[in-house]
Amino acid sequence: MKATPAQRSTQTSGHALREFAAGARDTIPMMIGAAPFGVIFGTLVTASPLTLWHGQLMSLAVFAGSAQFIAVGLIASHASFAVVWATTLVVNLRHVLYSATLAPYVAHLPRRWRWALAGFLTDEVFAVAYAHYQKRAPGETGPHYFFGSGVSMYLNWQLWTLVGLVFGAAFPGLKSLGLDFAMVATFIAIIVPQLVAVRFVAAALASGVLSFAWQGWPYKLGLLAAVFVGVAVGMVLTLMENRPHAKHRLKNAKERTQ
Amino acid sequence: MNYITLILGMALVTYAIRAAVFVLGERLPFPPIVRTALSFVPVTVLTAIIVPMTVSPHGNEAEITWRNPQLVAAIVAVIVCALTKRPLLTIAVSLAVFFVWQFAVLR
Repeated sequence: MKATPAQRSTQTSGHALREFAAGARDTIPMMIGAAPFGVIFGTLVTASPLTLWHGQLMSLAVFAGSAQFIAVGLIASHASFAVVWATTLVVNLRHVLYSATLAPYVAHLPRRWRWALAGFLTDEVFAVAYAHYQKRAPGETGPHYFFGSGVSMYLNWQLWTLVGLVFGAAFPGLKSLGLDFAMVATFIAIIVPQLVAVRFVAAALASGVLSFAWQGWPYKLGLLAAVFVGVAVGMVLTLMENRPHAKHRLKNAKERTQ
Repeated sequence: MNYITLILGMALVTYAIRAAVFVLGERLPFPPIVRTALSFVPVTVLTAIIVPMTVSPHGNEAEITWRNPQLVAAIVAVIVCALTKRPLLTIAVSLAVFFVWQFAVLR
């Protein structure tokens, strides 16, 4: 825990390369996991008003799976640009949690490295980088492991997007199969493991029911309103849970540390 | 405005979110209440997107019936995921149910 920020500044380029390769290697399972989503995204683009190269541009410039899925869905249902941007903001807000978690481990790096690494901060790269950093003291590691993980994930996403675009263009009948269910299945696989407490279930239920009830609102504004109410429900339940049981919870926490 | 503007706007929003804490660091206020709120964002956003898609796949009308393949397969996905916690298995099984329902059960 006593490592100083300057300690690793004497890294050789060979060491940097090894770190980069290690980051890329540890990301391989995530790359395999993301492949189907890249293909599904590319295929969805071919069934939307976007052209093929718009789809590739989105993967190149945005590099955020869920936000890209949702944007294609919103574009297909003629949502306004402002709503697409607002939804992108809300969907990607979770990245603030990731960057706050990783910030102590990059704070000592030069500014240009922090700008560069931030661009790669997807769910998968966060998971890999965090697992690596957890074993080390803040300020001890260079940027190359994180960078290797990010670059490999980025290239992987471009490749599978392209495969999906080509696949969708070759089989234009896919849309009538109801391919957007693949997106529903993907999201369920993300949501269910997060429903670890009643407050998360309640927040999700509120948001889902209201989103259904308000789907007639113009520009998909009902979706954003439903999300705000859902988050509010979760907040209220968190506050109620913390208040009356504060003593009890403290006791539990003590027991757990013993 | 065209789709390029739309995509570059999305890119700007996403990058700003990712870079803010890394670049501004401690100058960014980050109280626990904001953290709590953020922890509810993923489940609420994703649920808000998929519920209308599954309950009313053809528009505003609710189709809460066994003849709605989206709804049937979504329920299967929730059950499989809750039991196994394996994302790819969840997607594979529910997609299979979705297609079987569409082309075998309903025809």
